[in-house]
Amino acid sequence: MTMACAACAALPDDAARAAAPAAADLVLHLPDIHCAACIASVEETLGHLPGVRDARVNLSLKRAMVATDGSVGTDTLVDALAARGHRAQPLDTGVLSGRSGPGRDLLVRIGVAGFAMMNVMLLSVAVWSGAADHTAQLFHLISAAIALPAVAFAGRPFFASALGALSGGRLNMDVPISLAIVLSAAVSLAGALNGVERAGWFDAALALTFFLLVGRYLDHAGRQAARSAAADLAAMEVPQAVRVENGREHVVRAATLVAGDVVRIRAGDRVPADGLVTEGESELDRAILTGESAPVAAAPGTEVGAGEINLSGPLLVRVVRAGADTGLRRLADLVAAAETQRSAFSGIADRAARIYAPLVHILGAAALVAWWVGTGDGWRALDVAISVLVITCPCALGLAVPAVSTVTTARLFRLGLLVKSRTALERLAAVDTVVFDKTGTLTTGRAVLRETPDAPTLALAAGLAQGSSHPLSRALVAATETRGIAPAIVTDLRERAGHGVEGRFEGRSVRLGRPGWVETGAQDGGVLLDTGTARHRFTFDEELRPDAADCVAALQEAGYGVELLSGDAEPAVARMAGRLGIETFSARVTPETKAEHLQRLAEAGHLTLMVGDGLNDTGALAVAHASLAPSSALDAARNAADVVLLADRMAPVAQMLRHARRARARMRQNIWLAVGYNAISVPVALAGLATPLIAALAMSTSSLTVTLNAMRGRA
Amino acid sequence: MNVLAFLIPISVGLGLLGLGGFVWTLRARQYDDPDGDRMRILDERWDEAPKEDESRL
Repeated sequence: MTMACAACAALPDDAARAAAPAAADLVLHLPDIHCAACIASVEETLGHLPGVRDARVNLSLKRAMVATDGSVGTDTLVDALAARGHRAQPLDTGVLSGRSGPGRDLLVRIGVAGFAMMNVMLLSVAVWSGAADHTAQLFHLISAAIALPAVAFAGRPFFASALGALSGGRLNMDVPISLAIVLSAAVSLAGALNGVERAGWFDAALALTFFLLVGRYLDHAGRQAARSAAADLAAMEVPQAVRVENGREHVVRAATLVAGDVVRIRAGDRVPADGLVTEGESELDRAILTGESAPVAAAPGTEVGAGEINLSGPLLVRVVRAGADTGLRRLADLVAAAETQRSAFSGIADRAARIYAPLVHILGAAALVAWWVGTGDGWRALDVAISVLVITCPCALGLAVPAVSTVTTARLFRLGLLVKSRTALERLAAVDTVVFDKTGTLTTGRAVLRETPDAPTLALAAGLAQGSSHPLSRALVAATETRGIAPAIVTDLRERAGHGVEGRFEGRSVRLGRPGWVETGAQDGGVLLDTGTARHRFTFDEELRPDAADCVAALQEAGYGVELLSGDAEPAVARMAGRLGIETFSARVTPETKAEHLQRLAEAGHLTLMVGDGLNDTGALAVAHASLAPSSALDAARNAADVVLLADRMAPVAQMLRHARRARARMRQNIWLAVGYNAISVPVALAGLATPLIAALAMSTSSLTVTLNAMRGRA
Repeated sequence: MNVLAFLIPISVGLGLLGLGGFVWTLRARQYDDPDGDRMRILDERWDEAPKEDESRL
């Protein structure tokens, strides 16, 4: 019997790999676990369930890996955990696969480079302290035997990237790095074989590889936590559909639907594919696709699109387009294309590298030529050129930016923000205007009753509303609860899907629903109550997130321009802007005008952060400088966003921008520190005074300095 | 200087031992759950006897 992870400790690697897929056949997400007692309780609970062979908690990932004999489902596990007070959500293992590859690979390379570096440095100590003749040559040859294979293995990420850049006719930071590593190793080998009395550069080549690998690993690890949490989000809600076949219902993954299938969509479900309604009446929430929060009626013949939410009655839908052909997916692809445009943004590190890489080559070549012409000694000239390459090599530059972004990303993660894009921090730091897309960002998506009607009317409305799960009905019931009014007892309650609710109250026929249905020719807006003797109209507002106003105030105080764009009607948007203290707002915005608006802002020199959850904002997203999506947004929208807000609060947005600005300042500081080190050591190298010892010292101290500077200070 | 014939293989051997140890910890997935491992020290479920299937925690 094997455990999910631990058993592999005792197994050879092949066996572990063979056991791995069978070992974790169910994965649960445990958002609340945090201590030793939680781990023990979860593992005990799961371990004692019949059919569970083993369970292991990973606290870093907040997951439980469960090995079963195939007879238990995730529902059983979730229920068992709920009984012990642990929240759990099943994760789709298919979506999660392929994790932790590059991280482990880099760790192995770091280990090899570190081992070789330490050994070669020890051997170098003997040479530096005066070993001569054959002893020195022996030490050099041993160093070569250790260093060459180590460099060949550990340096592969750099060589591969440098070759890629060169074959594309470009120069990147890895070209001078590879050149320095390869040249120093080759020249030192030649020296060792010939027994020349010269310093070897093996330890420098290894130290270079080691520090740069550490920088690369930090870069990777910094976004690993965010990426695995994003994968959790995606794996938590794989869209499912209820397919009706010969009168029987099967729950299938939405991805497996094909055109011609008939699916049943219950009230509250998301539509899994594009299609035509064949049976049933209801209302649809299309906000995610159109930005319009008012529901749309649906009846046989109505076209429905994937991503819309069915509000009131059950619908049967014949699928017309499914999977990759749905309008939702096309929108998502457009968003993804917009996203790639933005990721072409070059960060500080790239810009520094673009100046730096040619400079290093020119300096190295100049040193070679000058010394050759000056002294006529080719070996000496080569030595100086290598020392220039090694010293200028961007250990500190390679660490300067990743160290800062790793530290900042981890801090933001603790605030409930997932930073997904590599250059997101720098772009966020440059933002000066925050544009909110109203639906679902500043509001919770729930409706609240706007006015306070007299108690008997409200009680009657709530009595009727209890017969429906429509969002507006729930808002009416919630209003009675907060005011402590008992809903009236209404008999013969019947929900007319897509229209409203009717029933009998004190012998009268009463109705609550769409104005046009309650009273022919009535104006649209809100819902109408027919008490049998009088009519009463209820209107609703969207409920604001608890700290939305604070967030807006904090942003304005920090000097950011705040704007509100919405697809809704003018009065509703104006009221919301008033409640939030936002002065600039636009109502009835279509996706096109939204993009135009952002374009105008961009032309006026503003860099915008777009906070939104809709997929209809493709154009706007492409124009915006950075984007943020709440975790309630659709998977596609979350994938496209630079930052995902995990918490149900808006306050972290203001903190995020502050952190981003500080991170950018720290990155610049670090780059100047690294440049400062070079300004001192390059002249030394050019003068031919740099020994491998000095090079090693310069590299280590500058790397340490930038790392410590990155970690300085508290969140 | 004949002593070098012993010392150098020993020093390289010790280094390889360290590298081997590192690779072993890596394969043992000891870097997969740093937070969990920090907490598991406080776990007293297997203080008296190891878990039956000899898997390590």
